[in-house]
Amino acid sequence: MSSTVTTAAVERTNYLNVDYSLKSWLLTTDHKRIAILYMLSITAMFFIGGAAATLIRLELLTPAGDLMSSDTYNKMFSIHGIVMVFFFLIPSIPATLGNFLVPMMIGAKDLAFPKINLASWYMYITGAGLMLYVIATGGVDTGWTFYPPFSSTYSNTHVIAAIIAIFIAGFSSIFTGFNFIVTIHRMRAPGMTWNRLPLFIWGHYATSVIMVLGTPVVAIALSLIALERAFHLGIFDPRMGGDPVLFQHLFWFYSHPAVYIMILPSMAVVSEVVSTFSRKRVFGYYAVALASVMIAVIGFLVWAHHMFVAGISPYAALVFSLLSYFVAVPSAIKVFNWTATMFKGSITLSTPMLYSMGFIGLFTMGGMTGLFVASLGVDVHVHDTYFIIAHFHYIMVGGAVMGYLSGIHFWWPKMTGRMYPEVWGKIAAGTIFLGFNLTFFPQFVLGYLGMPRRYHAYPEEFQVLNVMSTAGASILAVGYVLPLIYLMWSLRYGKVAEDNPYRATGLEWRTPSPPPTENFAETPIVTWDAYDYSSLPEEVPVAR
Amino acid sequence: MGESLPLWPARASSMAAQTDALVLFLVAVTGFFTLVIFILIFSFAMKYRKEKHPVAADILGSNVLEVTWSIIPFGIFMMMFVWGAIVYMQEVRPPANAMEIFVVGKQWMWKFQHQEGQREINQLHVPLGRDVMLTMISQDVIHDVFIPAFRVKRDVLPGRYTTLWFRAIKPGRYHLFCSQYCGTMHSGMIGEVVVMEPAAYQAWLAGGNAEGSLASTGQKLFQQLGCATCHRFDTQGRGPNLVGVYGKPVLLDDGRTVTADDNYIRESVLTPGAKVVAGFKPIMPSFNGTVNEEQLLSLVAYVKSISQPEQRQPASNRPAVPAPAPATPKGR
Amino acid sequence: MHDSAHVVEQPGLRHHFADMEQQRASATLGMWVFLVTEIMFFGGLFLAYLVYRSAHFGAFAIGSEHMDFWLGTINTVILLCSSLLVALSVHAVQVGKTKLCAVLLLIAALCGVGFLGVKGVEYYGHYQEGAVPGPYWHLDLPQGTDVQNVQMFFYIYFVMTGLHAIHVTIGIGLLAVIAWFAWKGRYSPAYHNPVHVSGLYWHFVDVVWIFLYPLLYLISAKKA
Repeated sequence: MSSTVTTAAVERTNYLNVDYSLKSWLLTTDHKRIAILYMLSITAMFFIGGAAATLIRLELLTPAGDLMSSDTYNKMFSIHGIVMVFFFLIPSIPATLGNFLVPMMIGAKDLAFPKINLASWYMYITGAGLMLYVIATGGVDTGWTFYPPFSSTYSNTHVIAAIIAIFIAGFSSIFTGFNFIVTIHRMRAPGMTWNRLPLFIWGHYATSVIMVLGTPVVAIALSLIALERAFHLGIFDPRMGGDPVLFQHLFWFYSHPAVYIMILPSMAVVSEVVSTFSRKRVFGYYAVALASVMIAVIGFLVWAHHMFVAGISPYAALVFSLLSYFVAVPSAIKVFNWTATMFKGSITLSTPMLYSMGFIGLFTMGGMTGLFVASLGVDVHVHDTYFIIAHFHYIMVGGAVMGYLSGIHFWWPKMTGRMYPEVWGKIAAGTIFLGFNLTFFPQFVLGYLGMPRRYHAYPEEFQVLNVMSTAGASILAVGYVLPLIYLMWSLRYGKVAEDNPYRATGLEWRTPSPPPTENFAETPIVTWDAYDYSSLPEEVPVAR
Repeated sequence: MGESLPLWPARASSMAAQTDALVLFLVAVTGFFTLVIFILIFSFAMKYRKEKHPVAADILGSNVLEVTWSIIPFGIFMMMFVWGAIVYMQEVRPPANAMEIFVVGKQWMWKFQHQEGQREINQLHVPLGRDVMLTMISQDVIHDVFIPAFRVKRDVLPGRYTTLWFRAIKPGRYHLFCSQYCGTMHSGMIGEVVVMEPAAYQAWLAGGNAEGSLASTGQKLFQQLGCATCHRFDTQGRGPNLVGVYGKPVLLDDGRTVTADDNYIRESVLTPGAKVVAGFKPIMPSFNGTVNEEQLLSLVAYVKSISQPEQRQPASNRPAVPAPAPATPKGR
Repeated sequence: MHDSAHVVEQPGLRHHFADMEQQRASATLGMWVFLVTEIMFFGGLFLAYLVYRSAHFGAFAIGSEHMDFWLGTINTVILLCSSLLVALSVHAVQVGKTKLCAVLLLIAALCGVGFLGVKGVEYYGHYQEGAVPGPYWHLDLPQGTDVQNVQMFFYIYFVMTGLHAIHVTIGIGLLAVIAWFAWKGRYSPAYHNPVHVSGLYWHFVDVVWIFLYPLLYLISAKKA
């Protein structure tokens, strides 16, 4: 059976087999191919950032700094942070799943600016390449936060090169963002009104607004560090009348909204997956859409909660703490709505669904600990400790990465025309969930005990918890390697996928798997709401 | 467990119990709601499995529910905010009459300077039961003083004093960590706070230093650097008379009024042109590069010492300040 | 709407757009969104300026008094005129006068070059006077001046005007290219959105200068 279907599938032209030449890939303007290019490069950067994390956790098995020198350790956590934040998390879902799906979900042939889309990938590659060069030639040790005066005056590493790498990658982010905004505004198919858009689109729209407004500010903040380093001038140097805390304001003005760039797309994936595998509309469509926008807006108003003990006025601290509690409300609304979506649904516990459920659980835990750190009385104690590290890894890894994996699995049949092995998918999801919690839960305790972050060596009494964390990390690492293997395996040996294997409602599922280059033979005309399962066409035998 | 697997830090300051109470409240509330979500998801996944529940209900949503689960969490969040703010406002404002100890952080060590003259490196002796305020500054990059057992933390900045206060309630030795990444030996920039019974502390103080108090060191420096030439203690000086100035408002030549706190004194020595007192010419030379942070602290201590209430206030050549001064927390 | 059987070719229509209107609206919205990012980019510098000026007004006033008022004013006039020329060029192509459009764009670009020239003269003047912060600083200031913060003023001045000059340079290139295409007859009343969109960019560059000019050149310590 499979060989006949395989032959039939191979004969049909799709965006992958239309041209196999390298030139057709490197000069493509097809948003789907660009998404694949991004996926490959982002995966590479993920494992590089993961390698740095492995070395960090190995060092932290023992209280003494005996695996590597202090300078090397400092470079490890800096590289881990820079690579994971700027070269993995920020682009991840938008540049891969977003690029692939945004045009398809709204019924368009491509994004508004396909050449700028390709340019954004080249900018990403240039930035990533420069970052790899920085790593290979000695690294950078300022932390991903680049605080002066250390970064501007005292560090002896490749700070300027790292900043240029991030600056260039930032342009990639800005281009992706404004491409999405214009596409969503102007290129929706007839009948695809704003209130029929999938929540994936709403989430990417909100994300794009943040990318566009926030990224330039971090660009200028980092540029000023580079200028200060190059010309020994003093905008942040108190010896020359400057103020190092000004950098922190400029930096966090982007970097806090940046965390919403990292989580909103994952939430967007979860909305799609939970709905599909509950066969049910997302509960409270408008609430979830509005919550995405509110997170984006309020997220710009809370940056100084990273600076409660930095020497800011206590009254400013009060304002930022209050606003930080405001931004928690829309996130809570989303969690409740997803849970309510499952109520009286018809649930299939597929791999993407397991990842999304894992997301909801771990994001809830991470978000709850956000309530701890928004509280001024607590943050004074836990700021810059392992409590903070645990908090943001619950959201970034337990949340964003699990959402990314959920999406990769969910749309894998659409993107590649193949199914992944479901059993291995579930095993990997479980391994990741278990390994993740064992890695990061002990860190909450460590942080409250007082272990500061970015510590190469630590007092002996913290060792047991560190060993637990490293043990968890080894399990987590296995969990991440598994999908790498079986997804690649599936490209050749996986079951050939149908057009709509999950009977999902999005427009992207009404095209062949994989889709043809132009997405739709005829522009669709939309007359149904986003998660209207009754709108699905009758089962049609696949005749190709 | 105990030593090899501690799960909770010691409660050694007056803030510790309050911070812990807040945290336990947060653990209880967030733990409860997290459990509710987990249980709901798990039970829905079981109860509404496709095999048992083949047809999904078609539910759009519920405005009542949306409003309910927005307002109730918001209310709870506001409680968390208020409680956190209350604890914080106590933590951030040193009580009046706290005893002041100066701290200079540098890569990668801590220098503590007691008013009585005692100097310590990486170890800080403090008396039990007294309010202690640390006035801190860095010589190079941003550092941070963090004493987990006291639940206090504050960044230590170059160029500007920051303060931290605590009241130790349990004798013992407690970790002091640098918790703002500062370079190679960041994790080695560790100190120890030694909390002593008051009598033992007095004995320790007496046992040390022949140099004399910090203020007397500052006074010697004041003479040595020639400050006394212009800043005379009468009305004849070319510079303002500094007796009684500490903590008071000062009128500047551009019309602004500032408070003569630690930062003001430090700035006036290093960049006198930045704030010139009204009625005086901008002729004071800069001592940037001539004095280090510890010397600056001794000058601050000296100027403070000649502003104590018991001092006779001689006739002053400083201009009268028109408006009442805003209250400023001591030493911010 | 549009499908692959649609035969009538519209000049400049890209294949993924349904029609010219969608393409035009997309390109225009795209430029506006891009300009918002540019506002945020300059915004960080304006914030730094505001912070240091409010803390050290006197030193900033002294710095501003060392600026060449006349050169700054001439530059402001040059940029305003160039923006007018760009607006006129858009109108010209709307009524079919494409050669005039090209000429106007070229003159506007030349105004930009003039702006850069004047800035070069100014920068050289600062250098000679000793107002470049860093190793070449030797500006003559009365004793007791807050030299550190006068240097801060000049540092911010050079970074802001330098960044602005980079954008002017990009704008000159953009206008020159569009002028060339206009001369070659690529645009018409039916299709001239690239002229409009490039004009938006140039106007933005002008508006940034309109904010920079008073903040840098027109501060005075003298009270009215």
